[in-house]
Amino acid sequence: MAEPVARAHGIVKRFAATGLPALDGVDIAIEPGRMTGLVGPDGAGKTTMIRILAGLIDPDAGTATVGGRPATQADRSRIGYLPQRFGLYEDLTVAENLRLYADLRALPLDERAARFALLLEFTDLARFQGRLAGKLSGGMKQKLGLACALVREPLLLLLDEPGVGVDPVSRRELWAMVRELAGGGIGVLWSTAYLDEAEKCDTVFLLSEGRMLHSGPPGELTARLDDRIVRLPIPAARRRAALREALAHPDIADGAVQGDAIRLMLRAGAPVPPVADLGGTQPLVPAQPRFEDAFIDLLGGGPGGVSDLAQRYPVIPESGHAAIEAQGLTKRFGDFTAARDINFSVQRGQVFGLLGPNGAGKSTTFKMLCGLLSPTAGTGTVDGHDLRRARAEARQSLGYMAQKFSLYGDLSVRQNLDFFAGAYGLSGGDAQEAVAQAIETFHLERYAAVNSGTLPLGYKQRLALACAVLHRPPVLFLDEPTSGVDPIVRREFWTHINGLVEKGVAVLVTTHFMDEAEYCDAIALIYRAEQIATGTPDDLKALVGRPDATMEDAFIALIEASDARREAA
Amino acid sequence: MNEGISAAMRGRRFASMLAKEARQIVRDPSTFLIAFLLPVILLFLMGYGVNLDAAHTRIGLSLQDDSAAARSLAGAYQRSRYFDVRATGSLAELEHRLVGGDIRAIVVIPQDFGRQVARGGGTIQIVTDGALPNTASFAAAYAEGERATWAASQARDSGRALRPPIQVSARFWFNPELASRNFLVPGAIAVVMTMIGSLLTALVVAREWERGTMEALMATPIGMGEFLLSKVIPYFLLGLVSMTLCALLAVTVFAVPFRGSVFALFAISSVYLVPALGQGLLISAALKNQFVASQVALLTAFLPTMLLSGFVFEISSMPRVIQALTYIVPARYLIPQLQTVFIAGDDWRLFLPNMGVLLAFGVVLFALCVHATKRRIA
Repeated sequence: MAEPVARAHGIVKRFAATGLPALDGVDIAIEPGRMTGLVGPDGAGKTTMIRILAGLIDPDAGTATVGGRPATQADRSRIGYLPQRFGLYEDLTVAENLRLYADLRALPLDERAARFALLLEFTDLARFQGRLAGKLSGGMKQKLGLACALVREPLLLLLDEPGVGVDPVSRRELWAMVRELAGGGIGVLWSTAYLDEAEKCDTVFLLSEGRMLHSGPPGELTARLDDRIVRLPIPAARRRAALREALAHPDIADGAVQGDAIRLMLRAGAPVPPVADLGGTQPLVPAQPRFEDAFIDLLGGGPGGVSDLAQRYPVIPESGHAAIEAQGLTKRFGDFTAARDINFSVQRGQVFGLLGPNGAGKSTTFKMLCGLLSPTAGTGTVDGHDLRRARAEARQSLGYMAQKFSLYGDLSVRQNLDFFAGAYGLSGGDAQEAVAQAIETFHLERYAAVNSGTLPLGYKQRLALACAVLHRPPVLFLDEPTSGVDPIVRREFWTHINGLVEKGVAVLVTTHFMDEAEYCDAIALIYRAEQIATGTPDDLKALVGRPDATMEDAFIALIEASDARREAA
Repeated sequence: MNEGISAAMRGRRFASMLAKEARQIVRDPSTFLIAFLLPVILLFLMGYGVNLDAAHTRIGLSLQDDSAAARSLAGAYQRSRYFDVRATGSLAELEHRLVGGDIRAIVVIPQDFGRQVARGGGTIQIVTDGALPNTASFAAAYAEGERATWAASQARDSGRALRPPIQVSARFWFNPELASRNFLVPGAIAVVMTMIGSLLTALVVAREWERGTMEALMATPIGMGEFLLSKVIPYFLLGLVSMTLCALLAVTVFAVPFRGSVFALFAISSVYLVPALGQGLLISAALKNQFVASQVALLTAFLPTMLLSGFVFEISSMPRVIQALTYIVPARYLIPQLQTVFIAGDDWRLFLPNMGVLLAFGVVLFALCVHATKRRIA
């Protein structure tokens, strides 16, 4: 094994005198020529660790060295660092940014022409040299950020969540570029909350709440789950109920819906239960364990399949009309079209997913259907109420969970719940009961008096969902509800969603986790303001033409086809 | 940290940072607004909008005596360039117009004024509108001044030497017309340099933090001193450019006299920019947020310069406590220098001590700044 280019030993870092440390005794080694993954949910301590290695934060205890010297005194011209926000000057052009960083990193003059040409070709930015960095798309900014970090070939490349907020095509390209660099002998640390990215690394360090859960090749971790993952084909109509029943089985540790099947994880050492016990009719099919399964296993298994929330939820009666309907929804801001001609309809008891890269128009579509934005053209209805004419009624019938934490950070959990109960028109005994139930259902008891701004992310998301369902709406709008949380909280959320859907609630959800798209009854893919494909997860996967195609493959194939049509036009 | 990097490369790195800053200044419309448009607006406001002169104050005249002396004094008010006699009549009528805001003061020449004068006295009554204290005190002072002048000329004409215990002969040096514009406009230049030095600098460093470029910069070999210098130099030059613009406008458009030397003006301004830039950098180093930085810069730099520097309000007429406070406002040491260089001329005995104080402020602020700027994020 080669000598590591960077090492951290026994790192402890605390930001507040009380509470959990951001990092608690973490060891890391980054070897040259390998992709090293720093993996964990938001708040696990990834950014803190990267900043310590970049010499930007002093640890409270432990040592960090780069190239054999303390990180704060290392040769910074040989460390490439891509911060989460890329560090580009938006009012400088692509070429000016590159030249500035070349001067900052002291790239010898005689190497410049060749290096710039190589990086511009590598990132496919040669055509845009004269464009201001602020006018680039998210994916292009990211590539430029990477080029600036690489302007002088580094010994160590630190990438802080380069996959966030970028469309899957750009993500895949970025991965390929960095992989090639690592092959050239530099040490790469790639931090990510996406567990599918972790799976592709040579070595991973898995962080959770500041502690190291695992370090080593990802295969080592998933190997522990060989023979413990199975797929059970289930007819679409029954899969949610089947998942709930299967998760109640004592030998099943975790499970999720995957298209027209459910995917289950058996407890360690447990025998494979008979198909009939799991509510299936067709035989179980062994499946590949994934990194996420391993993470859940390390955390002690999934949360189970029973939603307390759903059990107390009233059954939503049949209404005879679609729960959510979008007809030709279009939104223009000046000459910019944010969403064009969006059409879909969601029935009672269905989950409908809106998928697409950041900035594609998902949130705009969402906000039009919530009555937060007036459509330029087209109509939308929620529970039969037209958003143009009966906006107040439409809003009363829906529960909305915003993408960013949008509760009052300075109010306690209980005060937030009281406020939203009032905002949704509950009063007196009804309000008290709804709040008490929400606290119990979402296990918020010990945080009831705590200011919600200081909650751990998972609890913030739980509180946001609790507020959205206080008035028991027949329609739920969830905008990236599981962004950044650990896989256990994600499972818990989907358990609630599945349970509510079984009671007849219609759910509109956006997500950028491709595996979450599998939970949906139907998906619309939004790309550059247009709805480029609509169908069930299995329909869309079938479009790729390979039997083992994943949702991400489908997504990429559809985007590439759309780009090809655009270029042809 | 920097070994393996030649001095030439280091020079290149610094030049590159300066070029970057220059490009940002040119491309950012808000910088242009603060550096060029705002000074022009401020100058026009100070030049045309604010007028502390007492010319043509509207007054009423209540002439209750018909002696020659009383009529002569009334005539003096009528002819005065400081007053515009709008009305005459009984005190009761005039009071009504004073309350209505039609006139600002009433001069009452009482019934026995003629006899009083004959006896060697002569008292008049001046009623002013206390709702406008500035105007009221101006009007009262000028009305009394008018009477005194009249009395003196009266005495001369009659050949009777009126011998007051002390004879005051007021002569206003350098600003004989007493045009407030002549000292307000140079004062406005101080405000403009404060805005560029403190507000703009506080904003641009905070912007690097907000946009995440600071984090990327700190991960490169650039030293923090170098970074600070790359901010100071462009804004120092911008401050001087803006000052030059103001000075040209002052002399050409507002006809403010310029009796000093250009060298002195630049020396004074350059020295003042040292503490101004130091303050701006310190604010942004401590706050890292554009909104908060701008508020703090407005409160600690702009407002004191406006209110406590002696630019608009005379320091000697402030309460003691406030007077003490003005000693820590850098602009306090700049305003007299600027007013002198414009209206009176070069006076290095006045300039040098003030420059010394400003440089001392600058050294303290920059020392604090270096102390506050660490190459660390948390």
